[in-house]
Amino acid sequence: MKDNIVIVGGGIAGMEAARQLLRMGLNPIIVEKSDHLGGHVARWHRLFPDMTPASELVGGLIEATGQANIFLNTEISFMNRLKDSYNIMLSNGVSVIAKVVLITTGFSVFDASKKEEYGYGVYDQVMTNSDLEQWFNNGNDSRIDGTEINAVGFVHCVGSRDEKARNSQCSKVCCITAVKQAIEMKQKFPDAAVYCFYMDLRMFGKKYEDFYISAQRDYGIRFIRGRVSEVSENIDGRVIVKAEDTLAGKPVKVTLDLLVLMSGMVCNRDCSSIAGMISLQTDSDGFFKSRDNISDIICSSREGIYYAGACTGPKTVPETLAEARSAALEIFSYINRA
Amino acid sequence: MIYQGKQKIWADYQKEIPDDHWFYVRSCIRQNFFPGAERMFLEICRNVLGKDFYETEHHTTCGGIAYHCDTIPQETVMTIVARQFALMTEAGYENYVASCITSFGNYLEILETWHEFPELETRIRELLWKACRREFKKPKYIAHASDLIYKYRNEIAEKAKFRLVNRRTGEPLKVVEHIGCHYSKMFPSKGVGGAEYPYVLCGMIESWGGSVIDYPERRHCCGYGFRQYHVKANRGYSISNTHKKFESMEPYHPDMIITNCPGCPYFMDRWQYVIAEMEGKTYGQNGYGIPVFTYEEVAGLVLGYDPWDLGLQLHQVAVEPLLDKMGIEYSPEDKYKGLNKKDLMRPELPGVLKCC
Repeated sequence: MKDNIVIVGGGIAGMEAARQLLRMGLNPIIVEKSDHLGGHVARWHRLFPDMTPASELVGGLIEATGQANIFLNTEISFMNRLKDSYNIMLSNGVSVIAKVVLITTGFSVFDASKKEEYGYGVYDQVMTNSDLEQWFNNGNDSRIDGTEINAVGFVHCVGSRDEKARNSQCSKVCCITAVKQAIEMKQKFPDAAVYCFYMDLRMFGKKYEDFYISAQRDYGIRFIRGRVSEVSENIDGRVIVKAEDTLAGKPVKVTLDLLVLMSGMVCNRDCSSIAGMISLQTDSDGFFKSRDNISDIICSSREGIYYAGACTGPKTVPETLAEARSAALEIFSYINRA
Repeated sequence: MIYQGKQKIWADYQKEIPDDHWFYVRSCIRQNFFPGAERMFLEICRNVLGKDFYETEHHTTCGGIAYHCDTIPQETVMTIVARQFALMTEAGYENYVASCITSFGNYLEILETWHEFPELETRIRELLWKACRREFKKPKYIAHASDLIYKYRNEIAEKAKFRLVNRRTGEPLKVVEHIGCHYSKMFPSKGVGGAEYPYVLCGMIESWGGSVIDYPERRHCCGYGFRQYHVKANRGYSISNTHKKFESMEPYHPDMIITNCPGCPYFMDRWQYVIAEMEGKTYGQNGYGIPVFTYEEVAGLVLGYDPWDLGLQLHQVAVEPLLDKMGIEYSPEDKYKGLNKKDLMRPELPGVLKCC
């Protein structure tokens, strides 16, 4: 009889790990609390830097994990350690004895309304990067539909690298996502002025720098180095953004038809409850703490518990997939060793 | 504008405000700027609502203006404040309410500093003892006086003789609310409604029948800003700030402005005259300005007090257009008569800004 491997979270990390484990002849069980697989990426439209449709990636993974046991709309009710395995009770009443638990709970999107000065949820024409991505997907958002879009702004680092928001971590993907979304908006509204307000630009990934240069050179997107201080609403419903241009050394004020807040990644809301069930450690940023951040990023401090993807900190899609494959290999090795 | 979004934020920033037994400290400048405001606060709290509010003539300035102008060190301000707390302790109170926004912010900043650096509190206690042989307990609650009127706003509304409603049209008056910078920008959790969308004045306006205007420069400084006005070379910044606010609120056609700071009503009132002289521009209807009030004056008006007993004749911008809208009767002949009908003499009328 094959050992059970419970994967907590059916995002791209969980599905990629399940795909690899199936190929290795193992028995992954995916437990996903929402009603669909794919996590945050399933709601995304295109992925940087090649504008790959997110649906291609997610669709491919769903197809590849068809043989796995998958529980949707299901949460972990409790989990406890047995002698050499874990007893897991699911919210649907099913109980599973698993040799290995792979945690792929991912992240939560920072609640942009906490940055009150930006007016999300207060001013009509303020949205988040997730909202915009959904509009790219379904073309339905009253903030854009029926509005003459002549000027759009993107605010980087919303809830990231922000001590006031109690999040010191960089979310890694917001800079390049803002560049991607700015280009997409420019493609849809060629005559619109598009601004990006940034602290600094972290273009660390493959082709990121090219993408950023293209945004300036080919699309005329204006990058303003300085944080936005406040957002307010005009009598006609447009938003007024005040910021400091730290390169020019002067304050700037622009009136926009749409303001997009690049909400960052914060630890998943379920992180602390799952950690509490089996005494896993979490880091100061609330994400799960790896055994070692260099050599053992996918290992926890407890035997048979592994991590993959953004449950240990903000990750890009390629990093998440690579970690999932790495975790699958480690699990295969662990089961054979045991 | 999504009103429910603001309500959600307001719900997050509600603070505990005891109902009664307060040690009240006046502002060092408000009695010169708007002499009826503080008297009306005590009148409403003591005589209309029957609350216990104590004040002492031994109270002094909190040192806030000097502190913010960088002319005295922080230890000096702390010792002055320690003495105020000693007066409260000696009077047997533990709830401390300040009339001045800067004092309110000053007290909060000092208490927070002492919380973070207890050795500094110990040193200030020693300095106070050496200076005047006094000891103190820290207040259990600190409030700004506008917090109290906010708390009592519905009781005031029940007793109101007038509402913030245009008697002719039946429409709510359009009200600009302006919050003093030191109310909650330093400590958002200490202000009703937080720092970005404070509710303390909005609550009064809504309770008394008016509608609140949210205009783009709502958060902007009134133009007082100690280092703008008190440094003579910077006074151009002061009036340019005020000008920016009026230009921003103009399209909304406000009927009135309510503030909760000593400096804000003064500068928003007086600079309208200067802007009119410099630019030839006025912001109210028919050449008048937009009348500016303290929240105590507005509370007094809705409760039916005589406008001239509230000191409204000392405003630069004429209040009569607003009184007419609210349906408040007043005697033009008595406008410049003081106590016992003493003649205060009529001021010279401005050249551009229309006044009564």
